[in-house]
Amino acid sequence: MKTFFGLGKPGLRYATLPPRLAGPEVVPAGTSVTLLHPGPAGRRTPAALKMGETVKTGQRLSLYGGADYVIAPVTGTVAAVAPFAGDFGREATAITITAASLEAIDDQFADARREPSPETLRPFLAAAPGLPPLERLCDPKRPLKTLVVCGVDQDLLVLTQQHVLRARSHEVANGIRVLKQAAGIDDVVILALKETVQGYGHIGGRLLGVDPVYPSAHPSLVMHQLFGREVPAGQTPEDLGFCFMRAEAVAAVGAAFETGRVPVTKVLTLIARDGSARLVETLIGTRVGDIFERHGIAVVAGDRIVFGGPMRGRAAYSPDQPVQPDTDAVMVLGAASAAEVSEYPCVNCGECVRICPARMQVNLLVRYLEAGKYEDAAESYDLDACVECGLCAYVCVSKIPILQYIALAKHELARVRPTEDANA
Amino acid sequence: MLEHQKLIVSHAPFWHNGSRVTDRSRQIFLAALPAALFGVYQYGLSALGVLALSVSSSVLWELAFTRVAGRPVSVGDGTAAVIGLLLGMMLPAAMPWWGVLTGTFLAVVVARQIYGGIGANPFNPVAVALAILMLSWKGRMDFDAALVNYPFDFPAVYYLTAVKAFGTGAVGNISFGDLLLGRQIGGIGCTFGLGLILGGVYLIARGVIRWEIPLSMLAGVAVTAFVFNQVDPAKFAPPAFHLLTGYTLIGAFFLAPEDSSSPVNFMPMLIYGAVIGSVVVFIRDVGVFADGLPYAVLVGNLVQPLVDKIRPKALGKVV
Repeated sequence: MKTFFGLGKPGLRYATLPPRLAGPEVVPAGTSVTLLHPGPAGRRTPAALKMGETVKTGQRLSLYGGADYVIAPVTGTVAAVAPFAGDFGREATAITITAASLEAIDDQFADARREPSPETLRPFLAAAPGLPPLERLCDPKRPLKTLVVCGVDQDLLVLTQQHVLRARSHEVANGIRVLKQAAGIDDVVILALKETVQGYGHIGGRLLGVDPVYPSAHPSLVMHQLFGREVPAGQTPEDLGFCFMRAEAVAAVGAAFETGRVPVTKVLTLIARDGSARLVETLIGTRVGDIFERHGIAVVAGDRIVFGGPMRGRAAYSPDQPVQPDTDAVMVLGAASAAEVSEYPCVNCGECVRICPARMQVNLLVRYLEAGKYEDAAESYDLDACVECGLCAYVCVSKIPILQYIALAKHELARVRPTEDANA
Repeated sequence: MLEHQKLIVSHAPFWHNGSRVTDRSRQIFLAALPAALFGVYQYGLSALGVLALSVSSSVLWELAFTRVAGRPVSVGDGTAAVIGLLLGMMLPAAMPWWGVLTGTFLAVVVARQIYGGIGANPFNPVAVALAILMLSWKGRMDFDAALVNYPFDFPAVYYLTAVKAFGTGAVGNISFGDLLLGRQIGGIGCTFGLGLILGGVYLIARGVIRWEIPLSMLAGVAVTAFVFNQVDPAKFAPPAFHLLTGYTLIGAFFLAPEDSSSPVNFMPMLIYGAVIGSVVVFIRDVGVFADGLPYAVLVGNLVQPLVDKIRPKALGKVV
């Protein structure tokens, strides 16, 4: 929170993994798990999975025949296949699997994994914990130069990636070996917080220390601060040949090739009401409500359940929502401690401008966004440069939901632009 | 059990640093109080009357306007009270009640609410009101005339007018320590230099105002005054004199950094402050007014949107 001396920047720092933190406590899966499969996104294809069908642990479930799939984390029967609406109109299909008492391991990957190659990675591990960006990594048309293994989490209080890098460095090293071979990348960079970076020399990659001040671990800022390259607005680090990947995703690839089984458990940071964090490990697809119950956190009316951390997370409307491969943290926030939003206009104090890591003119941008002038905002006030760190809204004296405005504007433009291009 | 709990869904970030408009107003009010109270000590109850009427009428004008215009009632944020206090501090203690009411009406309704209220005023409301008052009632705003009936134990001469009329010889024997400690006549809350500086430093430390603006404005005053002084030391007063007399300090710490009408980028803030600072001295040394600070602030406000276009290139902007 704001200190007495408000002259300096708030200097929000990433949490540092305590030297001796208890390993993740395993939360046993409930009687069923729910997976969110992307799509159908307008397509009318019926889901290629029927109710009552049996699935094996580690089995690849692809509903619509595309490149998207999910991995069954348990053995059991499909109890439901239902549409699921996410943020900003994102469509998904929720697959609920009731666990059977006897586990059977799907052995397709074990048979295929002999040699690390795009063919053995892409069809089996793209939905592994940490969501390895394998589709991009194994794209022969657009070769990548550098693989960046993120051992720093993207949000405050979250410890997941730091933990994985430290506790599972063997798997990370193995994963790096596999990915190098499969994707033909020579240059591997491992990102860790500056003060801990010396400890990871044995993993096999160039070590780079990230400044612990939020949001230095954001890919765009890592590119700028550590690689000296600015990602052009509207592009991604991948366009410059840099592929960012969670340490957990690399570890999952490493573990998969070591054991012959597709990993199905996710490490996540559980953040309690008081901001205290602990690590838990659970099957992908576990409802978050089960995790809270297990740790004695009662969720009451008026609370927020946040997937992710306090700055960039996403609020869920139900404790039934499942842990997904990219859920690095879940957080319960009481009504009193959550930021409120006001209808006050911008008073032009300039706090947002001075804190913006993307050097945007947020005070002017927000006027355009409030008026719904998204095109102008993008053209004149650098909407596309935003890295969505949320600091502007964090410091806003008028409590304007700036990040929400920005996200909405980007979403609207993304929706409108392709249509306009098509009609042009 | 859990299934029936209604959760709140909102957008990130879920944290806020706790800053509020009300807090900022409170701190500005607090920072201005030492100088204001010194004015009450110096001029007695009539000064208290002007300040009280100014603050209360500002709040009431704001309340009345928001009611009539059907806007959300915003007097609770304290900005109207701050405008009232600052305007009162810049008036002579002998200002009649109708002058105060007109001033606060001009500041709150004309200069702020009709532009859309807080955050939307292109000009500093206090500077607008003061400029109009100075043009409309010259005699009432002339400190020599207005304060003629007050007994002081120091020369009851408005130094800026004296310098303008008679050159630096007229103020040759004043000590700058006296100016800092308020042994001069002027606006109710504008004479106690030390109090204003302390208030300003407090606001800078708390992050309520940007240090760039007051500093560059004072530098602008000092440099311009120095140049004039070098040209003709007998006619133009030295920098320290300009820094510690008239409205300079209250302007630097309380008027120029007003959020809505000032720039937010680094270079523009420096330019904005320097423009105001040098225009102040230009008006004092070659203009017709003894103290042109309100006009200088308005000139600064005028160039603000333009200079604030000087901004760093956003991350990843190639062109």
